[in-house]
Amino acid sequence: MKLLRIIPDGTNIPFMHWRRYSFPLSAFLSIIAVILFFTVNMNFGIDFTGGTMIEMRAKSDKISIHDVRVKAEKLHLGDVEVQAFEGKADSGAKQLEVSMRFPLQPGGDKGQQVVVEKARAAFADDFEFRRVEVVGPRVSGELVQAGTLGVVVSIIGVLIYLWFRFEWHFAVGAVIATLHDLVMTIGFYSVSQIEFNMTSIAAILTIVGYSLNDTVVVFDRIRELLRRYKKMPIKQLLDLAINQTLARTFLVSFTAMLALLALVTFGGSVISSFSWAMLVGVVVGTYSSIFIAAPVLIYLGLKTGSLDEPVSEGAAAKAKAA
Amino acid sequence: MLRFSKLKLISVAALALIAVLYSLPCLYSVQLRDAIGRGAPSWVPGWLVPNKCMALGLDLQGGAHVVLEVDQPALVKQMVQQLQSDVRGVFRDARVAPTGGVPAQPRGVAVRIGNADDKAKILPKLRELSQPVQMPGLGNGIRNLEVIDNGEVIALTFSEAGINDKVRRAVDQSLDVFRRRVDPEGTKEVSIQRQGIERVLIQVPGLQDTKDLEAILGKVAKLEFRLVAEPGANPADVETLASEEGGGTMQVERRVMVDGADLTNAEPGFDQRSGQPIVNFRFNVNAARKFGQVTTENVGKPFAIILDNKVISAPRILQPITGGQGQISGNFTVESANKLAILLRSGALPAAFTIVEERTVGPGLGQDSINAGKLAAYVACILVFAFMLLTYGLFGVFANIALAIHILLIFVIMIKLGATLTLPGIAGIVLTIGTAVDANVLIYERIREENHLGRTMIASLDAGFNRAMATIIDSNVTMFIAAAILYFLGSGPVRGFAVTMIVGIITTVVTAVTMTRMMIALWYRWFKPTKIPF
Repeated sequence: MKLLRIIPDGTNIPFMHWRRYSFPLSAFLSIIAVILFFTVNMNFGIDFTGGTMIEMRAKSDKISIHDVRVKAEKLHLGDVEVQAFEGKADSGAKQLEVSMRFPLQPGGDKGQQVVVEKARAAFADDFEFRRVEVVGPRVSGELVQAGTLGVVVSIIGVLIYLWFRFEWHFAVGAVIATLHDLVMTIGFYSVSQIEFNMTSIAAILTIVGYSLNDTVVVFDRIRELLRRYKKMPIKQLLDLAINQTLARTFLVSFTAMLALLALVTFGGSVISSFSWAMLVGVVVGTYSSIFIAAPVLIYLGLKTGSLDEPVSEGAAAKAKAA
Repeated sequence: MLRFSKLKLISVAALALIAVLYSLPCLYSVQLRDAIGRGAPSWVPGWLVPNKCMALGLDLQGGAHVVLEVDQPALVKQMVQQLQSDVRGVFRDARVAPTGGVPAQPRGVAVRIGNADDKAKILPKLRELSQPVQMPGLGNGIRNLEVIDNGEVIALTFSEAGINDKVRRAVDQSLDVFRRRVDPEGTKEVSIQRQGIERVLIQVPGLQDTKDLEAILGKVAKLEFRLVAEPGANPADVETLASEEGGGTMQVERRVMVDGADLTNAEPGFDQRSGQPIVNFRFNVNAARKFGQVTTENVGKPFAIILDNKVISAPRILQPITGGQGQISGNFTVESANKLAILLRSGALPAAFTIVEERTVGPGLGQDSINAGKLAAYVACILVFAFMLLTYGLFGVFANIALAIHILLIFVIMIKLGATLTLPGIAGIVLTIGTAVDANVLIYERIREENHLGRTMIASLDAGFNRAMATIIDSNVTMFIAAAILYFLGSGPVRGFAVTMIVGIITTVVTAVTMTRMMIALWYRWFKPTKIPF
């Protein structure tokens, strides 16, 4: 059987040369992402904004989305967002599915129950309620804190681990690459206007984990080569390390993407935001471990022959003199 | 590389067998699972019988998830009122009148005593009101009430620790009350847990309309029997409460004859004369005596039945009620009488609670999610299996077998941990299908490299496994850190996702490394190959 080999053996791609293009590109995209984050608001879900979300499916096909909009406006519960989907009923017939989002009502936590009551009164005859979520103002604030904290703490945790296992250059390099992925993913959320909710935090943390995993594999090889080739110029050594691990990097990203494609296509609407973010994250994470994490080591002052020795200018100078 | 003990081989084979045996029940019907449970020999402990599958999270099976929070301002107000009455008691016992009464402060009271002798008498008594707070691990150094002597004015203020302690105890006491209210028969699989200091999480599988749930959870259900105030009574002893009977307000005495804590039973019923729905109740012995005494002294006068500071009804006492039994009539329907009976039987909540988060998923959506998740998982499996086979041939088959066992092991560990499967959890498993081959790919690529460097086949295999190991550990530890943090900071479904990730990371090292290694070794021993087949 002739086996599949997508990445040929013994590639010699000058990745370090390409950093001239990849760095400005990434910097440019990162700035755009940050600008977008502050100008175009992300589509925050009620987990973070508070409010009420109701998903329902029409019981008959005689109901139009226009009627739903008019009825929802008449509830006088603030700016309601109404979205229509085409769902499939159990019989296989097409059925209108509607998702409505109501903003936080005045009156703190106690004021929120009124939304579901009014919506039930208005729609229960024509619709089956499939999902109802009410998040009060206090809880939503805490979820934002917990989410942000989670991302920050995990990055610090990984930084410490890598510091112990590798040189500090690697830890910093990995964190820069991870921050790059974070910014890109958030930029993706801003551009696509996909809802950002609690599962998005899970997606982001998984992307952090995945991207680090990829980066660590490349770093591991760099460390190994540093020990073996004490005199090879650092750029050449980094290129060698990336080329040697390229097949693995590509293969695993590819299988991960296959699984995520299945999830995006067949996983259903409830987690589609999660699936899309993960898919984008895997692509970005793979890119960053090749084009950001490794080249950044040059700027951090990693040199051949510096391993297993104190990494300071003085020590390096002494080593040269000897 | 090729040598490993028989014991190791047997234990890995056993692990694979366990993975298959204990994950199979997920494919069985409920009836078959029950039959296995009943048919198992009695000497086999329950947790060893392979008849369980993972519990489904509310997002998959449908149901309601409600988070309630203690109404802390109301609780503090209640504490201050209690304190006012305690302080008044101290003054009364000492026969001293505080100048200007006992005015309430935001978090306590302040009293003014002009006379130094009186103060010397009162102050130690006031200090006795303050009690040490039991803080787990912190000893008894902190007190719930700070008594500060400012010369003429003495301020009694509840400390932060004192309020927190009260909140914590209120939540503890409320857990049972909530359970009796939500699940009076004790037959539903309702989960009621404390969340943090001041919150309670209630999960009711299968529940659709939370309107009823809100109605029974949001009520304190404090029942009181008091006499209706007579015209000309001392205003200090009288309180004006809203009345549900015909609207308006009603003047009642502050003094409580008997309260809901003294009820031993409450049942819905019908009034024998009017046929109206009512609630029948029964007092304990002490309360029955007290109630009998008060009603004997006040025949002909009305008394008020008060629920949560609202008068439900104010019947006239026709004759002394000495039997310890009575009935509450009001504007009840059969349903509302039944609800009130449940509330009274469950007892009053120690504090008011507010719903701060509420999520319900209908069974239709849950089933759709399960179906979608399953389909995505199958498609992911087929794609990855095919890809590995095309890329690595026979070694791909080894990797696929390890991957299959890996997924089954995730199931088994989650079943045995009692973890619930949520939709993000399914997503986690699908993602694992894609990333679990990582270790295999690392090893195989390394073997290939070593082989290209001109090593013999056996040396390449050996070097491949050994050198890849450090990388596998490093990359998995970083993933593990992210997943563990997600577990500790996440909640609900997100936590379910973190659990699948963590379990997946641990099992991948076992299956992808050890299991594949043995398969390759056995293959080498039996077929004596001369070159690596990829």
